[in-house]
Amino acid sequence: MTRLFASREALLAGVIALLLVLIAFRFPGFVTPANLASVFNDTAPLIILALAQMIVILTRCIDLSVAANLALTGMVAAMLNGMGVPLALILCGVVMLGAAMGAVNGLLVWKLDIPPIVVTLGTMTIYRGIIFLISDGKWINAHQMSDGFKALPRIAFLGLPMMSWIAIAITLGFAVLVGRTALGRSFFAVGGNPHAAVYTGINVGRTQFAAFVIAGAMAGLTGYLWVARYAVAYVDIAGGFELDVVAACVIGGVSIAGGMGSVGGAVLGALFLGIMKNALPVVGISPFWQLAISGAAIIIAVAFNARQGRAPGRIILKEAA
Amino acid sequence: MTPSYRVIPDRLVSPFAKALKSWESLLLIVAVAIFIANALASPYFLNAWNLSDATFNFTEKAMIAFAMAMLIIAGEIDLSVAAIIALASTMMGVAMTMGFGTPVLVLVGLGTGLACGAFNGTIVARLGLPSIVVTIGTMSLFRGISYIILGDQAFTGYPADFAWFGQGYVVWVITVELVVFAALAVAFGVLLHRTSFGRQVYVIGNNPVAAQFSGVNVARVKFILFLLTGLMAGVAAVCLTSRLGSTRPSIATGYELEVVTMVVLGGVNILGGSGTIPGVVIAAFVMGLVTFGLGLLNVPGIVMSIFIGLLLIGVIALPRLWAMRRRRA
Amino acid sequence: MQPHATGAEPSAHPDPVLRLSGISKSFPGVRALSDVALELYPGQVTALIGENGAGKSTIVKILTGIYQPDAGVIEIAGVGTHFPTAQAAAKAGVTAIHQETVLFDDLSVAENIFIGHAPRGRFGLIDRAEMLRQARSLLARIGADLDPATRLRDLGIASKHLVAIARALSIDAQVVIMDEPTAALSHKEIHELYELVERLKAEGKAILFISHKFDEIFRIADRYTVFRDGQFIGAGRIADVTEGALVQMMVGRSVDQIFPKRAPQLGPVLLTVAGYSHPTEFADINFSLRQGEILGFYGLIGAGRSEFMQALFGITKPSKGACRIDDKVVVIRSTTEAVQHGIVYVPEDRGRQGAVKGLPIFQNVTLPSLGRTSRNGFLRLAEEFALAREYTQRLDLRAASLDQDVGLLSGGNQQKVVIAKWLSTKPRVIILDEPTKGIDIGSKAAVHEFMAELAGQGLAVIMVSSEIPEVLGMSDRVIVMREGRMVAELTGDAMTPEALVRAAAGIPAGVAA
Repeated sequence: MTRLFASREALLAGVIALLLVLIAFRFPGFVTPANLASVFNDTAPLIILALAQMIVILTRCIDLSVAANLALTGMVAAMLNGMGVPLALILCGVVMLGAAMGAVNGLLVWKLDIPPIVVTLGTMTIYRGIIFLISDGKWINAHQMSDGFKALPRIAFLGLPMMSWIAIAITLGFAVLVGRTALGRSFFAVGGNPHAAVYTGINVGRTQFAAFVIAGAMAGLTGYLWVARYAVAYVDIAGGFELDVVAACVIGGVSIAGGMGSVGGAVLGALFLGIMKNALPVVGISPFWQLAISGAAIIIAVAFNARQGRAPGRIILKEAA
Repeated sequence: MTPSYRVIPDRLVSPFAKALKSWESLLLIVAVAIFIANALASPYFLNAWNLSDATFNFTEKAMIAFAMAMLIIAGEIDLSVAAIIALASTMMGVAMTMGFGTPVLVLVGLGTGLACGAFNGTIVARLGLPSIVVTIGTMSLFRGISYIILGDQAFTGYPADFAWFGQGYVVWVITVELVVFAALAVAFGVLLHRTSFGRQVYVIGNNPVAAQFSGVNVARVKFILFLLTGLMAGVAAVCLTSRLGSTRPSIATGYELEVVTMVVLGGVNILGGSGTIPGVVIAAFVMGLVTFGLGLLNVPGIVMSIFIGLLLIGVIALPRLWAMRRRRA
Repeated sequence: MQPHATGAEPSAHPDPVLRLSGISKSFPGVRALSDVALELYPGQVTALIGENGAGKSTIVKILTGIYQPDAGVIEIAGVGTHFPTAQAAAKAGVTAIHQETVLFDDLSVAENIFIGHAPRGRFGLIDRAEMLRQARSLLARIGADLDPATRLRDLGIASKHLVAIARALSIDAQVVIMDEPTAALSHKEIHELYELVERLKAEGKAILFISHKFDEIFRIADRYTVFRDGQFIGAGRIADVTEGALVQMMVGRSVDQIFPKRAPQLGPVLLTVAGYSHPTEFADINFSLRQGEILGFYGLIGAGRSEFMQALFGITKPSKGACRIDDKVVVIRSTTEAVQHGIVYVPEDRGRQGAVKGLPIFQNVTLPSLGRTSRNGFLRLAEEFALAREYTQRLDLRAASLDQDVGLLSGGNQQKVVIAKWLSTKPRVIILDEPTKGIDIGSKAAVHEFMAELAGQGLAVIMVSSEIPEVLGMSDRVIVMREGRMVAELTGDAMTPEALVRAAAGIPAGVAA
């Protein structure tokens, strides 16, 4: 029990390795470095958003609007590009727009004390609806985007596309945020024991707000990456992606009750789903299985997490202590 | 102890007076106002057949909303209801391709709903896992199974008599669905407000620990509520499949949001403990009228969803903002 | 009469570091503190003594910025100040080691020590190496053999307490509050804690030490302050006072409470508990209870009384032991079964476990009796009101109407509703856990009267109480628990305040009191 948590990442890494070995047995082509790199690149958005979702869940909240946020900022990025706005400005713009949408969620949770699930269920549909309003329901296709806009995620550097490098950089950034900053540690404190957090002078609501803003900014950045990489923007991009994101967190050992989770776990959870998704067609299973598999994985993972998180009662007898 | 006991009156405010000042009364006024506004805005509104058509905007969702209201009052939630519709509809399609007739199809639809509800209920009530995540998981799982069975195909060609549930009329413009809706509204109203089971639901929602300390079997009540929610999703699946005449795995996508919105709009506290079935009934009409009215004005569906999202947040936020202002004043 | 006073006598009479005067604090329905005073001196340990509910926790919360006093002055080194937040109190040099460890299970030991004021390195990031180094030296300073990188979840309760102490020291505090620091520690750890207190004294810190254990108060405290019912009773030097005098100040009543006189009519044995044990909470509880008897359970907080009662009521499962009613073995696996066997429990935590706030009075009362007031599962409101009316009137409930939200009633009236709820099930054994805690004097008397009436009607009553006058005034027999075990069973003339305090605190016989 004591070492179980620390080894949660190791366990998951083991499962992933086993999965790869099993696939390699029949389809060696899947585990070539080039293919694994492409799987990783494919999973990059999921990794970024799983990390973003993790800090929100750490504070006992949940953000179901990340995918809608991504789709809206992606559409805005494509439209700004169409108006000839320089890429650097677009990048700043999407991060700020994403953060602003996160801030709306955060304010409703912090100042009005509305349950996060309700807030983000609502903003999820509102953000999607806004995409329709600004785009008139039309698609923005590859030929309507400038080459520079589409190229950034694909520029190769040391054999990996920029998309992958951005995911790696964000992972490192989150490792620092979560492990080395006062704000990062207060995410754990707020979720782990809100009552005690007050005693140590931490403002619970403001910390949750900060988590939503950071998550929103990450969704905004991912919005640009997504649209540029797939070279298309429309109302329904990344539909239902918020469930994959939550699934990656839960599989990665992030406790939905808050206060428990790690950067490594969230990344591995995302990689697990990414490998699963890419491997299914290779091994000849219909991609239609993917949804059911991630659903089953969420349920198994949440049951597993709950078993770990159960707190022992008060210990009164001396010999039992 | 002195034998001269002080007499405590049963009630100071009559139930009728209380009802007049309730959220439900306010909502009723809103519903009437929207009705009048619609009638003024569009010449096609005040037509019995058009109005009858409009009821399809809410009947299926409202059936689930009744059970969902009880679940939310008890402090839980089920986000998998739309996925249950998809799975139940798919199973009916499977039964149909095996050559079964309408009675079996209906049983399969209801049975699938019950089984899904039992699955959710077992995990949440018996294992004590948080219902939000569990039902996010089963939401993927149930719909995922539909996708496994159907892929990008669709079931069509349901028997002609099966169409009765979603397309039939009982008398004049009164649809079968509307009658089912009304019957379920009465049944759930009685269950929640007139039985000891309903009382236990309120107790659990207000204080689950005290409920357990008072001898209430909390896990059993919650399990039954998930079962009921699954069953209602099954009923909705029968009606929806019958109305559409086909099953795709993407059927009823996003219904969970509209159902939760309907419940919250109806005055049910999202954190549990309070709410009424009449409130949900009126909320169903309000949402149906808004959707129908906007539809007559050619507002696209996705834009209507903005209204629904704003409605969901607004009905919770406004009373809180109001309370904050009053505290400051 | 030789008090065990140790520690250097303060040579001069220094000025207090911290002085509270005229502090009052009320909560809805309860006056927690009324015009109390407290002074803490550098290099001295002041013991704060009082029964449960005397206002000790409230004063700690005021000192640490969690509560704001309604009135009164806080002075630090003679300068008036106030603590609007927990951080303000820490900045002013006041730190507390709380009764319940307020720590974070999923953070490391070092992080728990430094959360909120971690050492920063480059770019304002937490300097982890430095944090670990400082944590190690702090832990070494208190003689705790802990790895600062360990996750707190993996530590035992005693080690967690040491972490809490290290946290308190990491804030360069002039005032250290210790709220029952030894409650969860072993003998050896307690001695280490005493050494630590001596070291803190030597460093010139002012220490407020809250404890129920007289042996340790006399061992380490220099001064005492006694609170009772939220009021200041007395203060002075430990060297000038005896245990007996302190007990007297602690339990004596300003207004003598009058308990109902009754001539107990004991019937046959109704309930027998044999060898009830739990893996971690209590062990080997044995007693029998007669009809018409009131059995008191006395002990300090955390002695395992409530935990045992909740096992008897089917909330938790005992690991061993049997329970018999009317000499027939019964197995109680749930509260529903307990109620069926006629055992009911009025919990201590009224707000969380007793009353269902948000629902009206009559629905609270009829909750366990719905089977009788309803027909085929359908509610009959007239029956419900009749039942609620009958029992609330018997308890002399004060309420506007039976349709009123229970949450709007005072604590005492809420308690009457909870008791009425159980009486309406016509129980045979009623367990009352701290039945008069935090309720006004009038309601207290009503509850006491009613307990006597119930026993007179042949019910068997178990009363858990930490209030000595109540235990002695109401019980026919008293069982004292300490650390999860029965340590004494007292009847008749043996039931004295001193005997209870001694047994509960573990003062060996023969030491003068």
